[in-house]
Amino acid sequence: MEFSIPDLFRRNLEKNMKAFSLAAGLLTIATGALADTPNLTVMTYESFASEWGPGPQIKAGFEASCACTVTYVTAGDGAALLARVQLEGAASEADVVLGLDTNLTAAATATGLFAPLAAALPNDLPVPFADPLFQPFDWGWFAFVYDKTKLTLVPGSLEALAASDVKIIIQDPRSSTPGLGLLLWVKAAYGPRAAEIWTALADNIVTVTPGWSEAYGMFLEGEADMVLSYTTSPAYHLIAEQDDTKAAAAFSEGHYLQIEVAGKLAASDQGVLADAFLAYLGGDAAQAILPTTNWMYPAKTATAGLPEGFGGLVRPQVSLLMPAAEAEAVRAEAIAEWQTALSR
Amino acid sequence: MANRPFPLAAAVTAAGLALLTLGTAAVVASRAQVWALAPADWAALRFTLWQAGWSAVVSVVFAIPVARALARRRFRGRAAMIRLMGAPFLMPVVVAVLGILAVFGRAGPVNVALAALGLPALSIFGLHGVVLAHVFLNMPLAVRMILMGWQAIPAERFRLARALGLSEPAMFRHLEWPMLRAVVPGVLVVIFLVCLTSFAVVLTLGGGPRASTIELSIYQALRFDFDLGRAALLAAVQFAIGAVVALASGWLALPSGFGAGLGRASVIPAPGGIRRWADGAVLMLAAGLLMAPLVAVGLRGIAGFADLPAAVWPAMGRSVGIALASALLATLAALVLALSRAAWAGMAATLPLATSGLVLGTGLFLLVHPWLPPERLAVPVTMLVNATLALPYLYRLLRPEAVQLHADYDRLSRSLGLAGVARLRWVTLPRLARPLGFGAGLAAALSMGDLGVIALFAGDQGATLPFLVQQLMGAYRMEAAAGVALVLVTLSFALFWAFDWIGGRYAGA
Repeated sequence: MEFSIPDLFRRNLEKNMKAFSLAAGLLTIATGALADTPNLTVMTYESFASEWGPGPQIKAGFEASCACTVTYVTAGDGAALLARVQLEGAASEADVVLGLDTNLTAAATATGLFAPLAAALPNDLPVPFADPLFQPFDWGWFAFVYDKTKLTLVPGSLEALAASDVKIIIQDPRSSTPGLGLLLWVKAAYGPRAAEIWTALADNIVTVTPGWSEAYGMFLEGEADMVLSYTTSPAYHLIAEQDDTKAAAAFSEGHYLQIEVAGKLAASDQGVLADAFLAYLGGDAAQAILPTTNWMYPAKTATAGLPEGFGGLVRPQVSLLMPAAEAEAVRAEAIAEWQTALSR
Repeated sequence: MANRPFPLAAAVTAAGLALLTLGTAAVVASRAQVWALAPADWAALRFTLWQAGWSAVVSVVFAIPVARALARRRFRGRAAMIRLMGAPFLMPVVVAVLGILAVFGRAGPVNVALAALGLPALSIFGLHGVVLAHVFLNMPLAVRMILMGWQAIPAERFRLARALGLSEPAMFRHLEWPMLRAVVPGVLVVIFLVCLTSFAVVLTLGGGPRASTIELSIYQALRFDFDLGRAALLAAVQFAIGAVVALASGWLALPSGFGAGLGRASVIPAPGGIRRWADGAVLMLAAGLLMAPLVAVGLRGIAGFADLPAAVWPAMGRSVGIALASALLATLAALVLALSRAAWAGMAATLPLATSGLVLGTGLFLLVHPWLPPERLAVPVTMLVNATLALPYLYRLLRPEAVQLHADYDRLSRSLGLAGVARLRWVTLPRLARPLGFGAGLAAALSMGDLGVIALFAGDQGATLPFLVQQLMGAYRMEAAAGVALVLVTLSFALFWAFDWIGGRYAGA
């Protein structure tokens, strides 16, 4: 009688089990060796923790003084972060959540999972900002970015853009934080006229992408004249690529702000360390890292000032920002309005 | 027992699949607080059906003449062309979309040529763009599946037909049409279901919120509204559509009933004259449509090679490892199910097609999280999910051949007393080697290109190649991303071709 398939499976399974317990053993040894140093788990979005983001330098900087280790766990972007915090609930391993924006903080506060900040650090944001649960670490103005060598008649306002035949790529407000930012930008600037603006913008929109990177990639490929991004985007091209052809258009209605914040989870067992990390994040060393890694303005400009290349950027006169509670309240209605206007 | 070679293995596999697909949806549903669909969900449902239907029909309508031309013509480079035909289906969707844009986009050669001729520019965005991208991605699969159908018609039947002096239309009616009747409904269903859960293509090329799919609504429900009830409801709607379509195809497909041949290579009569030119034109057109975006991806990628980050090497190892493991897992599971004659085996194998990857990932996350940090399980979970999502294709490839095999060789095997592993080795595997190799290659390549659940489970290490592409794009490094994308595409093809070649060699031996 030959052996049957289940027998084969069992043998393989035994072999795998051995390999697995060996691996588990090694893991235990490894974690055992680290048991003396406490670990701080920071949940953040992918591009923050990636090799090219601020994550590695901030980890190294904080570890140099905290006698601890920092571990990042990641989710796609700010919205994905909040969803993950909600999925994990009070059982979350994370101590600090870094990378929500002010359009999400009302929902984040409502979860009841965040603990009050130990101290409010000074900031030089363009609008007054204070939140008992969330500390800002960087910020930027949303803006339409274009190529100076290709677009000569640059619209000076959302309304002028809508009236022009300039082609733009935007992000979906249902899946991307810049997309949601534009939605609130139009709402904050035009209130009841928002639907009208969207109807006028409809023929300018080449396409709506799921996230920022697809939109920006398509813009660089020449699919549109302008793309929804940040006023700081041209700084990347200038500093990292020595390319000064990109610029952000200044709009007369003002520009909507994205303020990125961090908070600590109430269920964290490393509360003191989390407070120390947030203090480090708001301090000079970390704030100096952010501009050229996250390509945003630091919440508190470091004593050394902003890097060269940030000086020549467009600085809008008017900054728009809806209070967190209002942003949360108008979101569903604004999305429906946007969908109706663009579905015609 | 000979009727059901490995009943226990099949039952365990089917139960596992049901747990992974329906079970994870139930876990998500169990956390729901409110149960309601949004009004926009109905518009999304309509658009989903509309685009998936068009994509399936157009893909198959184009695939039939291409498969026929490939089946009956012999020319230099034919084998290479068949291999290359597989390429688009294996591409990561984001890379494929960028390739299509490079060709058909505003600055692409098509519009440059139109402008030179004084014609208005063509916009790729809208329903037609979605369908074009889906045809690009899925037509090759349709061609391969239909071509296999042609090759499965025993050579003796064509010889007999010729000996009887059958005209070409008569030959089509008696030999090729019954094969198409048996094969095409399955192909339509597979492509419809692939497009049913399409997300990135629709969102990127759809041109706005007009083009919204159920999968996008699920994404929105999970990500922005954290509305688990709505996500689970939408997943159920998606399942229901998938089930209805799959059942309808079972009812439409008829067995071809050619009986056993001697397993000789088919030589299908190839008419000359104008039809020779027509076949040539069909093949050229297909090659043009399929190759141009690939070439664009290649050119962009080579330019990015200079900026390849060091992280590409470990990511490469991880991606290949996951791909090989999930290909093995998917192939074993599909073989076990395809050999089972029970109806539930087919149903279990079709389940993952209509499954929302997002709901599957979220369900697993909810299951794993209380016990272990999810990022520690990123690799095994990705393996499992990728194997699950690839399984329906493998099953579809294996099943018709397994049915044929049973019809043709079951009595013979039984009369010889062949059973169990001996029968598997001497009868089953050699006859199924070609689809097994093709299927394993497909599973490996799909796993390579899929961003999948790793994004949900990721920590600060353990990036795979698609994840790295996404990270680079998120950090403005589009050129480096194009370089990594090319590495990814090349490795996917290499894995696929290696498996396909092994299968073909074993079958030919």
